[in-house]
Amino acid sequence: MSHKDPILPRGVQRLLSIFLRDELLDEVTGDMHEMYKDTRRAHSRFVSNIIIWYQAFNYLRPFAIRKRSRQHINPFPMYRSYFVTALRNMIKNKMHAALNILGLSVGITVTIIITLWITDEISHEKNFENYERIGQVIQNVTNNGEVQTWTNIPWPLGEEIRKNYGTDFSRIALTTDIFWHPLQFDSIKFQKPGIFAEPDLARMLKLNMIYGNIDAVDDPNAILLSKSLATAFFGNTDPVGKQMLIEGNMNIHVGGVYEDIPPNSAFTEMQYVCSWESFYSGAGWVKTMEDPWRPNAFKLYVQLNDNATFEAASVRIKDAKMKRISPALQKKKPELFVHPMKEWYLKSEFVGGKQTGGRETYVWLFGIVGAFVLLMACINFMNLSTARSEKRAKEVGIRKAIGSLRSQLINQFLSESVITVFISLLVALLLAQVSIPFFNLISQKNMSMPWGNLTWWIIGVGFTFLIGLLAGSYPALYLSAMNMSKLGKAGRSSSLLRKVLVTVQFTVSVVLIIGTTVVYLQIQYAKNRPLGYNSDGLIFIWMSPEFHDHFEAIGNELKANGSIIEITEAAAPPTQTNSSSSQFEWSGKDPNLSVDFSVIRASADYGKTLGWKIAQGRDFDIQRKSDTATIILNQAAADFMGLKDAVGQTIRWAQQPFEVIGVVDNLVVTSPYEKAAPMVYFTDNNMQNVAILRLNPKKPTQESLTLIEPIYKKYNPERSFDYTFNDVAFAQKFGNEERVGTLASTLACLAIFISCLGIFGLSSFTAEQRTKEIGVRKVLGASVYDLWSMMSKDFVVLAIVSCIAAVPIAYFLLTDWLETFSYRMGVPMWTFAAAAGVTLLITLFTVSWHTLSAAGSNPVKSLRVE
Amino acid sequence: MEKRLGDFEEVLMLIVGIVNEENAYAYRITVEFKTQTGRSLSIGAAHSTLDRLENKGFLKSQIREGTTDRGERSKRIYKLTALGKRVLRESMEFKTNLWRQYPEISSLLNIA
Repeated sequence: MSHKDPILPRGVQRLLSIFLRDELLDEVTGDMHEMYKDTRRAHSRFVSNIIIWYQAFNYLRPFAIRKRSRQHINPFPMYRSYFVTALRNMIKNKMHAALNILGLSVGITVTIIITLWITDEISHEKNFENYERIGQVIQNVTNNGEVQTWTNIPWPLGEEIRKNYGTDFSRIALTTDIFWHPLQFDSIKFQKPGIFAEPDLARMLKLNMIYGNIDAVDDPNAILLSKSLATAFFGNTDPVGKQMLIEGNMNIHVGGVYEDIPPNSAFTEMQYVCSWESFYSGAGWVKTMEDPWRPNAFKLYVQLNDNATFEAASVRIKDAKMKRISPALQKKKPELFVHPMKEWYLKSEFVGGKQTGGRETYVWLFGIVGAFVLLMACINFMNLSTARSEKRAKEVGIRKAIGSLRSQLINQFLSESVITVFISLLVALLLAQVSIPFFNLISQKNMSMPWGNLTWWIIGVGFTFLIGLLAGSYPALYLSAMNMSKLGKAGRSSSLLRKVLVTVQFTVSVVLIIGTTVVYLQIQYAKNRPLGYNSDGLIFIWMSPEFHDHFEAIGNELKANGSIIEITEAAAPPTQTNSSSSQFEWSGKDPNLSVDFSVIRASADYGKTLGWKIAQGRDFDIQRKSDTATIILNQAAADFMGLKDAVGQTIRWAQQPFEVIGVVDNLVVTSPYEKAAPMVYFTDNNMQNVAILRLNPKKPTQESLTLIEPIYKKYNPERSFDYTFNDVAFAQKFGNEERVGTLASTLACLAIFISCLGIFGLSSFTAEQRTKEIGVRKVLGASVYDLWSMMSKDFVVLAIVSCIAAVPIAYFLLTDWLETFSYRMGVPMWTFAAAAGVTLLITLFTVSWHTLSAAGSNPVKSLRVE
Repeated sequence: MEKRLGDFEEVLMLIVGIVNEENAYAYRITVEFKTQTGRSLSIGAAHSTLDRLENKGFLKSQIREGTTDRGERSKRIYKLTALGKRVLRESMEFKTNLWRQYPEISSLLNIA
């Protein structure tokens, strides 16, 4: 053949090989080849190509086309055979099957639960039909030199937006916060959370009316009740038109009853809707406000027009407040924007006026970790399957020798893995059902298995099937493709793959160990933060008016019976602030600076009761009448004002002069992770919110409480004695991080458990495979230690590689996470060493189980095998 | 199975008989067909007819080693079977018989 010989175009060859019957392919290609050569002698390449393509297509004739299905036999017995073989294989290798199923079912359980959790997290507000179009108008304001994002706005803004910026919105509703108000019908009284809102709110949310009509919201004297509240008051009757009393003095009538708002919503708590108008005329202080634009105490919800967007609307309303407020308030530079409903729950964090995420981070975090756990379970499954299937190479060889088709071998392996995965799915469903109550406890959710949800089943079964195919694919494709002569010697390349997979597993585990340790340490670090006061034996009681009226008498009686040593009245418990103010002036203040200091009003005993530490000056003195015109600053406030000697200086608040008599060490009040905010303490003997009591440290707590109760009852006969321990209230601030920590450590444990199952299986396999070698070595004089270290070495090396890979990943992730806290520790380096050490120990321990028994066995037995 | 011999089939069988044994495979048969009739024929069409004739038992085939000019691909050499030859002769005789009964032309051709 000369090298100039034209060659049949590859496309033609491929076409023929696609449709031609196998036995015809060779001769036809030959004919084509010959013809092409002849044609090329007479014609150009182009023409020849056209001719040859024509010829090739002309072979599309019934006689020449491959028959699609040559299998006329019933395939069912074949599949039954696969099934039986798979079950037999599992029964024969019980440990192997158990490891596979255990690992996979744990992995699938984690996936199920995390999927449930994520579904729950992203379902917030989705029950509302107008979910995509509703938003809340919120503002960025500049305070104390930084931009803060406030979700509350002043009430005149509602009218302002409606009048001058209404083009983007189809509905606008000004509301109060959801708050507890007393409700009364005849003699039935309840205190329940509800809202006062403009009529559009109910329409925006499309409340599902059971009784009455939604248009009742237009009646300023009507109230809409939730189903559960209506049932509590009226049973299962139609209450429309019944007269009720709210706030003890406002007469209203029931306008309708709506279906309870489902959980997972910002409005879940809301049990009734009253008109904004009744609130406006009922609560005198709203009407008589000196500057209604000043208090940011209300909420504003909007619904977009069909063609409006949140971005465009935000740009348009940006300065709506700025244009209307006094120069003093303008210093705050308020910028309005619309926060879409779909971001309320997951993207509610703003730092410096920029959206930075929020719970979304946790959704991603757990999604990824869950995916990794499942991946690790799959890796195990693949590793063990490949390890096993090398042992089964002989079986494959024999099957091939007696004429098994490749496709049959592939089916055999795939059906084995699919069956294993489905058994695991069943176990996992059971495990998930059992563990969901515990998970609900940790995550504070109320989830249940969606047994009746068809979509879940389809996705779940489909996904399981996919895992089975993926995990079974490697042994199926690899082994079945091997040449018979090579089947005996399988192992090199697949063992490298196994090593890589094991390393990946361990890297993930080590990252998780380090991660959970650091989360735990950071929580502990914040918990151990000096509070600035003594929280032990401190309780607080929300006061009734009766309590307040007899405050002095109660205090004296309690001190007299020895149950408490101090008592004080305050606007808020020590773990909260409930008011702040910008109207502070001091000498040397930059006139353009906008401030927002927390304000704590309490009786003069406040500091003494809490046990705060005065850094300069003196505490309030109950004896001095003049102390009503004095204030105490916390250190942060003094520092912020730049006052070197704060004591003795005069600070004006709302134009009134106040003398600073002391500076107190910072108290941790709101978030234990944030740096201390400026605070100002006033004395005020007319605070009616909360009584703070310091129990007598010389008496057991329970005894003190039993002494307090009768005196409390004496003055509050209608109320039950409810109190809160301050350290319990404080500990609740860690709830979120602790939940995340518990979840993360549970996941980490499971991940480590799965990795251990993996190396447990692999080491058993190695030990088994090297039985003879070990026997020979023993005979030649190797000690148990030699053999143990020889076999453990491989796994230890992998573990070390994983640790090295994990350290930078963990460092990067954790530094990033810790950045979100102002009060944080550095990433402690010893956690890396500890995690690596723990991993190595676990590895050695797991591997030793098999290696030691193999190394210790009698060589006579192992050499007699076969 | 249909055991008649079609016109086109007859021509192809004759060509199989005409070409020397080495060349009695699909491609060469189309080439010969072209030279004999002046009409072109695709390999696929020829092949399918040959395949049909083989199924009817008029032809038999065997695979031969390929040559370099066809990229070492094998080829299927067709041969007439005894049945095939008899059918061809019968067809010819049948037609000759018809011709004979057509005096004008038979005298002209001098077949009688």
